[in-house]
Amino acid sequence: MTLNSRIPGGPIERAWQTTKFNMKLVNPANKRKYHVIVVGTGLAGASCAASLGELGYNVTAFCFQDSPRRAHSIAAQGGINAAKNYRNDGDSIYRLFYDTLKGGDFRAREHNVYRLAEVSVNIIDQCVAQGVPFAREYGGTLANRSFGGAQVSRTFYARGQTGQQLLIGAYQALERQVASGQVKMLARTEMVDLIVIDNKARGIVTRNLITGKLEIHMADAVALATGGYGNVFYLSTNAKGSNVTAGWRAHKRGALFSNPCFTQIHPTCIPVSGEYQSKLTLMSESLRNDGRIWVPKNAGDRRSPDQIPEDDRDYYLERMYPSFGNLSPRDISSRAAKRVCDEGRGVGETGLGVYLDFRDSIQRLGENAIRERYGNLFEIYERITGENPYKVPMRIFPAVHYTMGGLWVDYHLMSTIPGLFVLGEANFSDHGANRLGASALMQGLADGYFVAPYTITNYLAETKLEKVSADHAEAKGALENATNLTNRLLSIRGKKTVTQFHRELGKIMWDYCGMARNKQGLEFAIGRIREIREEFWQNVSVPGSGSDLNQQLENAGRVADFIELGELMCLDALDRNESCGGHFREEYQTPEGEAQRDDENYAYVAAWEYKGENAAPVLNKEPLSFEYVKPAQRSYK
Amino acid sequence: MKLTLNVWRQSGPNAPGKMVRYDMPGVNEDMSFLEMLDVLNESLIVKGEEPVTFEHDCREGICGSCGFMINGKAHGGFPKTTVCQLHMRHFKDGEELFIEPWRASAFPLVKDLMVDRSAFDRIIQAGGYISVPTGSAPDGNAIPIPKSNADRAMDAAACIGCGACVASCPNASASLFTAAKVAHLNLLPQGQPEKFDRALRMVTAMNEELFGSCTNMQECEATCPKGISIENIAILNRHFVEASFSERPATAEVGAG
Ligand SMILES: Cc1cc2nc3c(=O)[nH]c(=O)nc-3n(C[C@H](O)[C@H](O)[C@H](O)COP(=O)(O)OP(=O)(O)OC[C@H]3O[C@@H](n4cnc5c(N)ncnc54)[C@H](O)[C@@H]3O)c2cc1C
Ligand code: FES
Repeated sequence: MTLNSRIPGGPIERAWQTTKFNMKLVNPANKRKYHVIVVGTGLAGASCAASLGELGYNVTAFCFQDSPRRAHSIAAQGGINAAKNYRNDGDSIYRLFYDTLKGGDFRAREHNVYRLAEVSVNIIDQCVAQGVPFAREYGGTLANRSFGGAQVSRTFYARGQTGQQLLIGAYQALERQVASGQVKMLARTEMVDLIVIDNKARGIVTRNLITGKLEIHMADAVALATGGYGNVFYLSTNAKGSNVTAGWRAHKRGALFSNPCFTQIHPTCIPVSGEYQSKLTLMSESLRNDGRIWVPKNAGDRRSPDQIPEDDRDYYLERMYPSFGNLSPRDISSRAAKRVCDEGRGVGETGLGVYLDFRDSIQRLGENAIRERYGNLFEIYERITGENPYKVPMRIFPAVHYTMGGLWVDYHLMSTIPGLFVLGEANFSDHGANRLGASALMQGLADGYFVAPYTITNYLAETKLEKVSADHAEAKGALENATNLTNRLLSIRGKKTVTQFHRELGKIMWDYCGMARNKQGLEFAIGRIREIREEFWQNVSVPGSGSDLNQQLENAGRVADFIELGELMCLDALDRNESCGGHFREEYQTPEGEAQRDDENYAYVAAWEYKGENAAPVLNKEPLSFEYVKPAQRSYK
Repeated sequence: MKLTLNVWRQSGPNAPGKMVRYDMPGVNEDMSFLEMLDVLNESLIVKGEEPVTFEHDCREGICGSCGFMINGKAHGGFPKTTVCQLHMRHFKDGEELFIEPWRASAFPLVKDLMVDRSAFDRIIQAGGYISVPTGSAPDGNAIPIPKSNADRAMDAAACIGCGACVASCPNASASLFTAAKVAHLNLLPQGQPEKFDRALRMVTAMNEELFGSCTNMQECEATCPKGISIENIAILNRHFVEASFSERPATAEVGAG
């Protein structure tokens, strides 16, 4: 398949403006004749559905929670980047572009990243106008903090609840459109298949999670904003319901899946405590502004932290990366933590942990200042661990957090299926092999408020869309497909629970496709995942029926997709014989143990094509070229 | 430790419901309450029984999905804690617990511990927003906002919409929920143009949804997992009263031909 990324020509600074100018428009009276489906109401979906509604399109939006306000975006703590340069510290659109591209280890498309940096400033304005209560200075202006991978202070925040406040802003805009009748909101409704007619996305099949009813919804365009797939690892910082089903089923209908192996392991999460653990909790990266990370210098030092004198402590990030120190990017910080733990210097009962210590900043700024900045995060920590971080250093360990991979999209955020747009974490587009902190919120809102409303309009204006109805053979076929899947899951009546399979898969993924990967391990993992899949379809136990509320059935469908995705992730990791960003292949490292990229052979986006249930997927490549920022070995020393 | 659970089981809104007893041996004190229910559910599935339906997603106290009564207290009645953040170390070995869904006519039961809280969304639809279409915003720093106002707005905006306020109120009033939104927006300069309309319309919507009225019992504030203050209800009342006296509905725009 040839991949046309539709990157505009001309200077990058003008590219988005020019593209917008050249786009076709739909006149206001005609907009109401179009129907657009938006699946997902996180930052990306809610902002997109609200904006499309404001433009006058008929929109139907879907989410699986009981309300659009509960999407996983709500959990983002730390902040959102924007190149406002309000601090006068040398920030600019170009610098944000540069930082994001470099942070992504030169595996993202320059033009997409530039546009992201460009619209970042509009996002802040929009959110402020909606009433998002961003933190303020005493003079009444907006406050900023720093995040990893940047030397400027460009992160806007609302206490430790930035995602919540941004999502509530987008949710309220969405509800305003619901009230006006422009958007129809179907909560507790899960997309289970995509309807493709004449090679165009023309609708979806959904399952009503209360009644179990499978339904067809037709449309002129479909936008997926269904979030990331970190839960393939079972334990992650994602909400329990986060899943890949919408994206994966679209993949099976022809949308290519890009860079599935690019996953982000976040360095600062609360360590695992026991077998029953159902999810992991993030401690925002913003804590690294004032917390110092260390482990004992000597392996096996079991003294309590206050008994370990300064000379016996290794502030390893400050030592190894003096210019970024505790604010080194996530992939680098996570690997460094793994390394010191592998050396036997990890702390806590399991030895899988490092200290994040606020002693010095409490001495410098006082406990109140720290409480003001991070009070709610400290509270979360204490609640979970029973320890008081004002007195005892936090123990943290890396955990799966974000997925840079996702459905392939072009510059217009359109997938390889015309009319299927993919927004937010669900697409692969802007973060390359590693995402910088506070840039996922930025991307979700950029896509939803400022990119997709234009590109979807352009698509509708320039595409001849035949009238199609729910009686179309393709629609009925997709419905039947969904019915069969439900029946198949319910008829197995095996002995193992869905969660048992999910845990097993997660462990394999974490051990072999996690922070470090190698050929042998990945090959082993692929074999094991195939076995898990085979056993799943013979031995899974899904109680209850398909015709009412059945949380086990919902989960079974999602886990079935995770198993298939897990295999593809390992294949992708195996194919990429280099290390870059979050993808660390042990065979490819510099003498100092840093990721060794291979630009000659791997400067491309991997885009996998589904070929059928038991056929090998086909790898397509979109070459990446760098005209503005020359790829260099990423250095944070 | 060992616990005895009595869980409300009801297969649907119209089906009869009852308390069912479950023995829970081997509860680890580092588990969260929901993780304990996960363990119960896994054991039920293995026995071929239907697991307990309860709502949850983020499991870190921010999405507002989870919530039920434990021993008659919303979210268990621990200060500033949702059930997903509640750890078993707060319970005693041998304790018997009673677990029930939120009870309010505006929150019809869906199944077991799950209720329908869509009335909250409809209250927001009535005016819980600032009408600013995408692209029409001035620079973020164009309107300076005193830090104290921003902080107070943020305090109110921290509401997670879980419904504990309604469940704990003897009148099943949604005043705290509604007030938190009105205060959040009405305390900010951006919220001024629609200030009175918002108070009027949201209160009207609240009343239409079968929520009871506020008689200042203050249970809501006590159980709110985000510590939303009832001061917000005072703000709501003030704006509502002012609005009732002064507000004329905005005249519809008429095309001039
Ligand atoms: C704990 C945590 C903290 C974070 N902190 C930050 C931060 O400080 N800064 C930052 O920039 N980023 C942060 N991130 C990342 C960021 O929050 C996410 O990447 C981003 O919010 C994703 O938004 P989204 O709109 O793409 O998807 P989501 O918010 O995940 O929304 C997905 C939506 O899709 C719906 N959906 C999914 N599947 C289906 C289906 N099959 N049918 C119907 N609906 C479906 C869901 O109901 C939901 O509405 C954090 C992430 C986590 C986990
Ligand atoms: S599950 Fe999100 S608040 Fe409890």
